[in-house]
Amino acid sequence: MLIHTRIEQKLLDAFDPVVLEVTNESHMHNVPAGSESHFKVVIVTPQFDGLRLLQRHRAVNAIVAEELAQDIHALALHTYTPGEWYEYYAEKPPASPKCLGGEKKVPV
Amino acid sequence: METLDRIKQQITENPILLYMKGSPKLPSCGFSAQAAQALISCGEQFAFVDILQNPDIRAELPAYANWPTFPQLWVEGELIGGCDIILEMFQRGELQPLIKEAAAKHSQDEAAGE
Repeated sequence: MLIHTRIEQKLLDAFDPVVLEVTNESHMHNVPAGSESHFKVVIVTPQFDGLRLLQRHRAVNAIVAEELAQDIHALALHTYTPGEWYEYYAEKPPASPKCLGGEKKVPV
Repeated sequence: METLDRIKQQITENPILLYMKGSPKLPSCGFSAQAAQALISCGEQFAFVDILQNPDIRAELPAYANWPTFPQLWVEGELIGGCDIILEMFQRGELQPLIKEAAAKHSQDEAAGE
């Protein structure tokens, strides 16, 4: 199974998310074509209510610990509660989260 | 000194500390670059450790920190988070007060020690 699919399935099972976007961003990095090394995850779930960012990220990292240890080199995480998601993204397209504009990322 | 003791010492002695790939002026990774840039924008001095030059720290810190990747920002002995958390806090206006407060506290401590 693709690592991409595995991450998606594990996060779906663990967090019952309202929104889940797993993007393979490996092509933006210095790795061979077809790599599954760099991923970005946007995840929105009520389970994040009352958790600080650090705790949310740790919760996600724990679910994909195996992939992080063996396969993934970088995992960008954007973790929101439904309330935050609505507040931040209601008038913006969800496909453009805040952290995409790194200076080293090559335009696609 | 054992690697773990060095890590603990670094975290204790530096109120604002960034573990990163490369240096703030010459970062070796896009995520480290963004994290360093956000910290620089806060306008306070901070310490950094280039983990590419310290493979032992690179190997041992993730387990100690319970954090799998780099960069890592530590403020007053506590892990704040990685690149995404640093940027998100910066954009929400939460990073600057945290950094300013740590820097102010530290300069007070120094003044008291003189």
